[in-house]
Amino acid sequence: MDSCEQTAAPSTRRTWAASKSEARSGLLFVAPYLIVFAVLLIYPLFSGIWLSLHKADLFGGSQFIGAQNYARLFRDPVFLTAVSNTLYFVLLTVPPLTLIGLGLALALNNRSRWSALLRGLFFSSSVLSVTIVTLIWRMVLIPDGGLIANLLTSIGRSPVAFLSDAHLALPAIAFTTIWWCIGLPMMLFLAALQQVPRDLYEAARLDNAGRWRMLASITLPSIRHTALVVVVIELILQFQLFGQAQIMTLGGPNNASLPMVLFIYQVGFQRWDIGYAAAASEILFGMILIAAMTQYFAARGRESR
Amino acid sequence: MRRCGTTAGGGVGNLALRGVSKRFGSTVVLDDVSLEIGADEFLVVLGPSGCGKSTLLRAIAGLETIDAGEIEIDGARVDHLPPGKRGVAMVFQGYALYPHMTVRGNIAFGLKNIGTERAEIDRRIAAVARMLEIEHLLQRLPAELSGGQRQRVAIGRAIVKDPKVFMFDEPLSNLDAALRSRTRQEIANLHRRIRKAMIFVTHDQTEAMTLADRIVVMNQQRIEQVGTPLQVYREPATIFVATFIGSPAMNILPVTRAAGSGTLQWVRLADGTQIETTASEASLPGQGALRLGLRPESVRLCGLGDGQTKALVDFVEFLGDKTHVLLSLAGGDRLVALDGASCPVHAGESVGVLFDRAATHLFDAEGRNRGLTG
Repeated sequence: MDSCEQTAAPSTRRTWAASKSEARSGLLFVAPYLIVFAVLLIYPLFSGIWLSLHKADLFGGSQFIGAQNYARLFRDPVFLTAVSNTLYFVLLTVPPLTLIGLGLALALNNRSRWSALLRGLFFSSSVLSVTIVTLIWRMVLIPDGGLIANLLTSIGRSPVAFLSDAHLALPAIAFTTIWWCIGLPMMLFLAALQQVPRDLYEAARLDNAGRWRMLASITLPSIRHTALVVVVIELILQFQLFGQAQIMTLGGPNNASLPMVLFIYQVGFQRWDIGYAAAASEILFGMILIAAMTQYFAARGRESR
Repeated sequence: MRRCGTTAGGGVGNLALRGVSKRFGSTVVLDDVSLEIGADEFLVVLGPSGCGKSTLLRAIAGLETIDAGEIEIDGARVDHLPPGKRGVAMVFQGYALYPHMTVRGNIAFGLKNIGTERAEIDRRIAAVARMLEIEHLLQRLPAELSGGQRQRVAIGRAIVKDPKVFMFDEPLSNLDAALRSRTRQEIANLHRRIRKAMIFVTHDQTEAMTLADRIVVMNQQRIEQVGTPLQVYREPATIFVATFIGSPAMNILPVTRAAGSGTLQWVRLADGTQIETTASEASLPGQGALRLGLRPESVRLCGLGDGQTKALVDFVEFLGDKTHVLLSLAGGDRLVALDGASCPVHAGESVGVLFDRAATHLFDAEGRNRGLTG
């Protein structure tokens, strides 16, 4: 026993010293990232929370008012409309982006020349800027000489004013967004599909599995992690709808397509009420966090079961 | 006990291939392959990488289409049927277990797909799990199993479907040496118990020699020889088979024709030594180069004055139970002799060399063995 303790003590000390020096050099390696993370993410996050507790002007002084900005937000009908518009927009875009992305990936996951061409074509919209995308879709959607209007006129129907109809404005923006953003989910799903070992499909063919059975029992379970990533990424992206609404409808008609980020922009940078805008930002941040985490934990729960 | 005396390409055909060919673009991957396999035969397809052996297996399974020829199982053509309808099961090299299904789910998957009743599925899984001693693993996921356990599950998934033909695509190559040897014995035992046709693809000659009723040796997309392990070792049809099977490989020495008298043909080595072969004078081609094949165990060392010729010992490899002696003959030929554990020679010595006439093989310019009587 004694001899054991005598030999163990110095070795433990050595290990501890070694691990301490290892930790120090490890910290040096991660330091550049940590510094950027702290300066550009952690500091603005807390600074934003602090700002949201003030009545602050963009150019002037500020006064601590506690949670009054938040209380005011929950009584503000425009903000509540913006919240419900944002949730509706997320519902209109995230499920189709995920399902259409998956469908395209499944259809184009082969080595034919046509598939390669179509993959490029479907992804090409993603490289366009929001200005170009909205310009294209305005030309399609406007009632005065737009593509759809012309088609409708040619069959004797009257044109539809998609962007100035309170019920159609947000769905039209959602459609534009799906067209614009479909490339990323498709590519993520394609990458995942190409990771599924081919011999699993061969084993399934020998096991008499049909096409749908293979999709349900082999493909979908194999790419479930990617599906989660796609949903979380799209949730985060689509909660932050701004450019399309700003350019296509300016949030109108009558705030029918006003999303939260546009509300924050208008309050903060047009009305200069920066504390109020910060409070709305924090609520948006909380909503994104809850949505993404719910998705994450729900998927993990299913996994552990 | 291995069944002996099965003739090459013979046997009652549970599975028959006739003139099967396959191309990928301009590359031929199977060239006019014909083969018959008995209903309870263990056939090993042996060959180097890229010889077409895995493609042959995949063509039988239906995972590759064929461009020409026919495949029959139990007398019915199957080459137009999808893989699941052919009555075959396959154990893949990487096992191909469905990673998100439990062991039970993996084994049951094929049965569920053909609408087998639940009670029957449970009964069959229980029987297979008992046979393979994997009862305690049924609720685990493949990721929670060792390599050997995964191998058993893959075999269980094949057995449970009660196929007419079992196929193994290099199933031992992912296991370590000790486990490979044990699994080899288990597969041999399994075959003895279930007595079904099995086709086992490998590039490992030890697996082929120990498991096979018959070995199919493939090279460059064609079958070189079909025969029992003893036949392919003792009577290699071609120089490829002669050098591919056996370790160390057969010595191949260029020779010239010497005297011949009816059933006897003498050949001359580069150093002038004349050796009697089993080939008859009549069986040899009129012209063209000849090569003599001698297994290392047929080259014996003796005293300098007692041998047919003498050689210089280049190198001695002592392996514990045997010794490899690398020799140079005066004419520049080099060969390996296999000697016992207590081989007395050392590098740099000169020794006498004797050749065992009964074990000589004479190959013509195309590499065909001209000394076979069959």
